[in-house]
Amino acid sequence: MKTIKSIIGGAALLLATGTAVFAARTDLVVGVVLEPPHLDPTASAAAAIDEIVYANVFQGLTRVGRNGEVVPSLAESWDVSDDGKVYTFKLHKGVTFHDGSAFDAEDVKFSLDRARAEDSTNAQKQLFTAIDTVEVVDPATVKVTLKAPQGSFLYNMGWGDAVMVAPETADANKENPIGTGPFKFDSWAKGSAVKLTKNPDYWGNAAGLDKAEFRIIPDAAAAIPALLSGDVQAFPQMPAGDALAQIESDPRFTVKIGATEGETLLSINNGKEPFNDIKVRQAIAHALNRDEIVAGNGSGYGTPIGTHFSPANEAYVDLTGTYPYDPAKAKALLSEAGYPDGFTATLKLPPPPYARQGGEVVASQLRQVGINLEIIPVEWAQWLEQVFKNKDFDLTIISHTEPNDINIYARDDYYFDYNNPAFKEVMNTLEATADPAKRIELYKTAQKIIAEDAVNGFLFQLPKIGVWDAQLQGLWENSPIQANDLTEVRWAD
Amino acid sequence: MSLDPALPGAAPERRFLRLALANRSFLIGCAITLMIAGMALLSFFWTPYDITNLTVADRLKGLSSSHLLGTDHLGRDILSMIMIGARNSIAVAIVAVVIGMGIGVPLGAWAAARGGLVDEVLMRFNDLVFAFPALLSAIMITAIFGPGALNAIIAIGIFNVPVFARVARAGALSIWPREFTLAARAAGKSKALITIEHILPNITALLLVQGTIQFALGILAEAGLSYLGLGAQPPMPSWGRMLFEAQTRMIVAPHLAIFPGLAIVVTVLGLNLLGDGLRDLLDPRLRRQR
Repeated sequence: MKTIKSIIGGAALLLATGTAVFAARTDLVVGVVLEPPHLDPTASAAAAIDEIVYANVFQGLTRVGRNGEVVPSLAESWDVSDDGKVYTFKLHKGVTFHDGSAFDAEDVKFSLDRARAEDSTNAQKQLFTAIDTVEVVDPATVKVTLKAPQGSFLYNMGWGDAVMVAPETADANKENPIGTGPFKFDSWAKGSAVKLTKNPDYWGNAAGLDKAEFRIIPDAAAAIPALLSGDVQAFPQMPAGDALAQIESDPRFTVKIGATEGETLLSINNGKEPFNDIKVRQAIAHALNRDEIVAGNGSGYGTPIGTHFSPANEAYVDLTGTYPYDPAKAKALLSEAGYPDGFTATLKLPPPPYARQGGEVVASQLRQVGINLEIIPVEWAQWLEQVFKNKDFDLTIISHTEPNDINIYARDDYYFDYNNPAFKEVMNTLEATADPAKRIELYKTAQKIIAEDAVNGFLFQLPKIGVWDAQLQGLWENSPIQANDLTEVRWAD
Repeated sequence: MSLDPALPGAAPERRFLRLALANRSFLIGCAITLMIAGMALLSFFWTPYDITNLTVADRLKGLSSSHLLGTDHLGRDILSMIMIGARNSIAVAIVAVVIGMGIGVPLGAWAAARGGLVDEVLMRFNDLVFAFPALLSAIMITAIFGPGALNAIIAIGIFNVPVFARVARAGALSIWPREFTLAARAAGKSKALITIEHILPNITALLLVQGTIQFALGILAEAGLSYLGLGAQPPMPSWGRMLFEAQTRMIVAPHLAIFPGLAIVVTVLGLNLLGDGLRDLLDPRLRRQR
């Protein structure tokens, strides 16, 4: 009799919890590999920032959608003058920042002027160089006048670096980001997680999640158990390595191999001996076997590239044959450059598996031609400081995940220190060209110049290995811009 | 507790050999240790494959006649990796023991000889070093000076120092009251000279036994540090890092974890058996019980 009672009791309990489960979950933990240095997307090139705050916390006039399309965001519509130089943006009404203050045209003027100012710390100032003036017409209307027509202006305004910030809070955004998005910043436990909560006063469609946490999980050893145990329900870019096959066969998870804008490079310090010699760089290019590097990059996925351009782009040229894999040729070039016995150099590797594991393959391939690399693993903050900021490196492996960023080769003082006036000329012409066909031609020319100069070792286009709970809907499959947009993410009922 | 100069027996060497051959743990320990050492030595001249040449196409192959223990995630032959890894483990552990003995034994002997304040200060300082968990202090040292085989050696060596200092001091203190040291003192010899002539030879056996134990601990510590990425850096293979790299592939390729794991277990077991055997052989009191 007792057993029957307890069975009935158990069944009742099951029913009770069962009904509770019917209401869909509203919390989500997302695993990310790299911890952001801070949370202000207008003050750093680190993708780890945008991958938390873009579209979730901060919004721009426009935004880039999941397929790379430009859609309205804080600007509900816009008019472009016939000469293509004047953009008049109509702003959404009733938008407030997370601190309660209203968002209006003054904030747009402030944000854009701040980003393009002389002393601006914006990492993508080239997005704003076309702007001549920003005028407030009325609180809901802004007029932006360009120096010359720019085909990519609306796209540029959709970058994380062009988001709208408030004058009162802009300086504190690094630690306490205040934006206009569907999620508010809640807390940041350094080294562990960034937490966001739903913004109840959001002007647009409310988010489907009440709580979102970005947990920093740098390696596969921790990521796999976190996923399997359900502690983390989504990895937009999972460091799964060879365990991916195991996860793919598990019906509890969805695995989507998508595309990113990430050109993965063996970056070369062009300003430093012996890498300032083009023969040495060509030798490195001939020594690289891309298929083997892809196979050993930790995921086995990735499209080989021969220049700094996304294969998904219509202007892409396949230049992988410019300096094909040819160790003998590489050795000959090294001899010509004055290094018949090769030389030694360092290879600094940041934490992502494509770098740490791919780096071993690259080092082995370069050793075959006489270039002995000392591998130095560095943490992400160290990499940003030593390599990206101070150019204190010989070689490094890194994926440049900004979209359409070939113009970094025209920048003075960029970390790989490339300087070619002919390339800069092409970029300048491109800036001033609006005709799509001509732009494509210019992009092609630009790709060829850097491929032939063997500026960096062009390895492969980074795949997006998205893994998440099969019940989860609305995550991006591809990564057309650095983002983990949670605005449309919800649990299936 | 010591090799007494007045040990009875006409031919002590032959007697020792006979006892040694009868001591099973000594024999097994010796055999395993020699095998691992032989493997490490052989790796200087020959390994089945050159592990600096990656053949990624052959990655994660199972056991076969061409790759006896299979290949890892970058297509390297695991047997070759383990052979070269043995070299790394042994080198780190030996040098760490030498550092520990080189500093610890003179300190311990000095403390025992002088007694009083010197003894107090040295041994309390010793306690301080000893109080830190060994691996933790090793992590601290590599965190300060950066990862690498050399820093791993220094780190492990430092935590060996107090161990040897204690053993040496305790051993020395038991010898000092003996008749032959009293005689030497009566003859006017200095404490330093007596330590060198009488004390050290009589605690050698103790130190040898402790040495094999610390050697085994050193191999474990090195594996631990490499596992955490603080030991030998790639491309130099090390057992600990092989385990780390195997961790995420355990289900796909369990052999990646099994063989380096076995290598560590067998080596440490061999050294411990050797240490046990040595202690039995060298300790006259235990000998009499047999």
